[in-house]
Amino acid sequence: MKLLSTKATCNSHGQDSSYFLGWEEYEKNPYDEVHNPKGIIQMGLAENQLCFDLLESWLEKNPDAAGFKRDGKSIFRELALFQDYHGMPAFKKAIVDFMAEIRGNKVTFDPNHIVLTAGSTSANETLMFCLAEQGDAFLLPTPYYPGFDRDLKWRTGVEIVPIQCNSSNNFQVTEAALQQAYEEAQKRNLKVKGVLVTNPSNPLGTTMSRGELNLLVDFIKEHGDMHLISDEIYSGTVFSSPGFVSVMEVLKERNELKVSSNEDDNNADRVWDRVHVVYSLSKDLGLPGFRVGAIYSENDDVVSAATKMSSFGLVSSQTQYLLSAMLGDKKFTKLYITENEKRLKRRQRMLVSGLQKAGIGCLESNAGLFCWVDMRHLLSSNTFEAEMDLWKKIVYQVGLNISPGSSCHCTEPGWFRVCFANMSEQTLNLAMKRLTAFVVECTGNGGSAKRNGGLKMKSLTKWVFRLSSRRDGREQEER
Amino acid sequence: MKLLSTKATCNTHGQDSSYFLGWEEYEKNPYDEIVNPKGIIQMGLAENQLSFDLLESWLAKNPDVPGFKRDNKSIFRELALFQDYHGLPSFKKALVDFMAEIRGNKVAFDPNHIVLTAGATSANETLMFCLAEPGEAFLLPTPYYPGFDRDLKWRTGVEIVPIQCNSSNNFQITKSALHQAHEQAKKQNLRVKGVLVTNPSNPLGTTMSRGKLDLLLDFIKDKDMHLISDEIYSGTVFSSPGFVSVMEVLKERTHNLKDSDDTAQIRDRVHVVYSLSKDLGLPGFRVGAIYSENDTVVAAATKMSSFGLVSSQTQYLLSAMLGDKKFTKNYISENQKRLKRRQRMLVSGLRKAGIGCLKTNNAGLFCWVDMRHLLRSNTFEAEMELWKKILYKVGLNISPGSSCHCTEPGWFRVCFANMSEDTLNLAMKRLKAFVGDSRVEGSCSSSSSIRAQSSGSGTSARKSLSKWVFRLSSREQEER
Repeated sequence: MKLLSTKATCNSHGQDSSYFLGWEEYEKNPYDEVHNPKGIIQMGLAENQLCFDLLESWLEKNPDAAGFKRDGKSIFRELALFQDYHGMPAFKKAIVDFMAEIRGNKVTFDPNHIVLTAGSTSANETLMFCLAEQGDAFLLPTPYYPGFDRDLKWRTGVEIVPIQCNSSNNFQVTEAALQQAYEEAQKRNLKVKGVLVTNPSNPLGTTMSRGELNLLVDFIKEHGDMHLISDEIYSGTVFSSPGFVSVMEVLKERNELKVSSNEDDNNADRVWDRVHVVYSLSKDLGLPGFRVGAIYSENDDVVSAATKMSSFGLVSSQTQYLLSAMLGDKKFTKLYITENEKRLKRRQRMLVSGLQKAGIGCLESNAGLFCWVDMRHLLSSNTFEAEMDLWKKIVYQVGLNISPGSSCHCTEPGWFRVCFANMSEQTLNLAMKRLTAFVVECTGNGGSAKRNGGLKMKSLTKWVFRLSSRRDGREQEER
Repeated sequence: MKLLSTKATCNTHGQDSSYFLGWEEYEKNPYDEIVNPKGIIQMGLAENQLSFDLLESWLAKNPDVPGFKRDNKSIFRELALFQDYHGLPSFKKALVDFMAEIRGNKVAFDPNHIVLTAGATSANETLMFCLAEPGEAFLLPTPYYPGFDRDLKWRTGVEIVPIQCNSSNNFQITKSALHQAHEQAKKQNLRVKGVLVTNPSNPLGTTMSRGKLDLLLDFIKDKDMHLISDEIYSGTVFSSPGFVSVMEVLKERTHNLKDSDDTAQIRDRVHVVYSLSKDLGLPGFRVGAIYSENDTVVAAATKMSSFGLVSSQTQYLLSAMLGDKKFTKNYISENQKRLKRRQRMLVSGLRKAGIGCLKTNNAGLFCWVDMRHLLRSNTFEAEMELWKKILYKVGLNISPGSSCHCTEPGWFRVCFANMSEDTLNLAMKRLKAFVGDSRVEGSCSSSSSIRAQSSGSGTSARKSLSKWVFRLSSREQEER
């Protein structure tokens, strides 16, 4: 008899062990302005480090929130004992208000319909457990966050079928691609329980258009038993037009939100009970360590089941209290949201112009903590092997750890996700300088042009590395 | 095609919706010394509220710690970003030291073998995912914590097969009960992956003897199985024979040459679960842990902990608190003292009401109380009737043994550490009055009216009760 379960020994779905090379290399040789100026610069971590000063300043002005006090009185005991999986009412109220504010108050959320979870990692897995049986499938547009392969599939037994998107239309979801994915699932005998999108997108850094959202809602309407999950973890990182449109806003515009009349409950055409939003404070507020995630659904059964399941990953009451006070401070949240967006916009511009100087373009983006960078012209061939070669050069020669598109299941080689919000301005500038120097070197040495126009590449030593996922300790930081 | 999954709609393994009646009633009518002195007293919640002053005093002396400061410097950013599923090293160190201290430093734990999880609820489920396939089974001695039916089975698809224990030997596990359970599993075509015990036991409030731990180790060695020892109550042991962890027994066996080879074999199949919810009274902070010498288990469980990491804010606070050895030393002994005193109060109060409880109770936050003599008949229906009377007439919410899968009707778990002394005394007064009333009002007892009780009180007659047929329910996560 096997000692351990298949889940324990399959090692995250056959992802190769060479996957963690970039991370290992970074950890062996991390850049430090003073101690290690030639080290590897971490650009593979989607962290938001731009607004800590705002949080710190709030904490300084409100020491009681972290000190277990409310109105000058200690509430330590109350918090120590609070383990109700319905969550702290004050915190749920504060978080739904925050979510509404991020959406320009164009939609509102009912605190009784939110389920708190230990991060959106937990939220996404929980939704899979609630909506699908083992062996069922969800459709996801590519490229997508590599962590989904673990979060959605590992312990749930759910499958992911990709909706192939490409650069011809800036990787937007099309009806044809959706349909193709659905048919692919049919071919594989997989029952499709729904579609999961990340909006704004990771790794694209773009918001979904109304057109795409309507397309998705139409799709699940057509398939009356399917769900639409919109992971809106980056909703507070939208820094320029066209701005953020939540799926909830689209439902509202279509008059498809839940209404209290029974008539609507019987409407077989309804979708409000099949659309679920996932949120988290890890990106907007830069607090991944605090493990704050949420599921929002108008479907009472989903809320009820997910609430019970949240027992397996509740948010620390100490953290719920701190954040209920912080997010309950509307003056603060208003300031934070605008300032955060401003700083992200500035940073993204820095990265984009730095890349431009290096002759590298990227997908025009308006959100997220990263750019989707086009290095196709630097590939020795239009293959994923060439992408890997290039990636390794960038890690070792240039000293930048960036995420290759193949790790995100992108169908076109040559795209990379490059983060801009997890380092100082100087470090970002240095990274761009290094990249420019590298590209110049490549171009300078001539070599046969593989593409018309653009830059040429010298022939590279072939390092055959297969793309692999995050190794121990870093998967969750991949986002 | 159905809209939601089976897991979402099965509603926690068929537990009836009337299950939460005691909780509902309590919430509708909660006792309060001032505003609702006739309300229901909560005695079904295994919380430790006895030592908060010690924690508060530590916090008052160390205000920097909750304030995200270390050595006067702000580490807010570092904590805000820390999401490494390997856990905060200083917290793991502090936690394993605390665990060792609780065990009288008779065993030591390696911080690299601990996996942090959002509570023991998460730890136990994670171990099921790591050790068993859906449809496989674990053997659990009865009575056991009702939450296991959800935690071990719900999303994992794992089955529980009970090891039936009974009062004839104070509910200890026996070799024959173990084997019987194993046979039963075979009959049900279930492959058994291991045994899970809670030591000290919930709901019994007793520690397992060395002999019984050896028995379990022999069993898993023989059958190539795992042994999970949920030691969540290890810091609540307040009297002899004291706490012996399975890790201590393993260590002894290793040193005993005769057993050492075998022990080497089973070392990687023994796993300990811990939590700060009971010993420290911090269920809200969601701090649990899995300890295992099996590297593959640690590796897999570590990755799985992504689904329930401990807040870095909380890890930091507790790394400082548990890292303060002066504090922990004092806390552990003071906590035990207070628990002992409280338990004595409950036991003597019960005795005055002619009610006995398991005399081997030396740990936990509750007593396993014998009310068999108050049953109209030796049935679970009668147990339910009694439970409802105690809930509605006496105004005490206690946990009936059937909710813990006890095979003998008439046993109840009564908590003693989640209320003030005054409230506990009041509860005992009410109980005494109830039992007295029952005696006075009539002697139509069942044919087996006289039962020997474990603490030797007299018999009581029973008046005939209206039949309320309610099945036991509870607020699942608070039932522990």
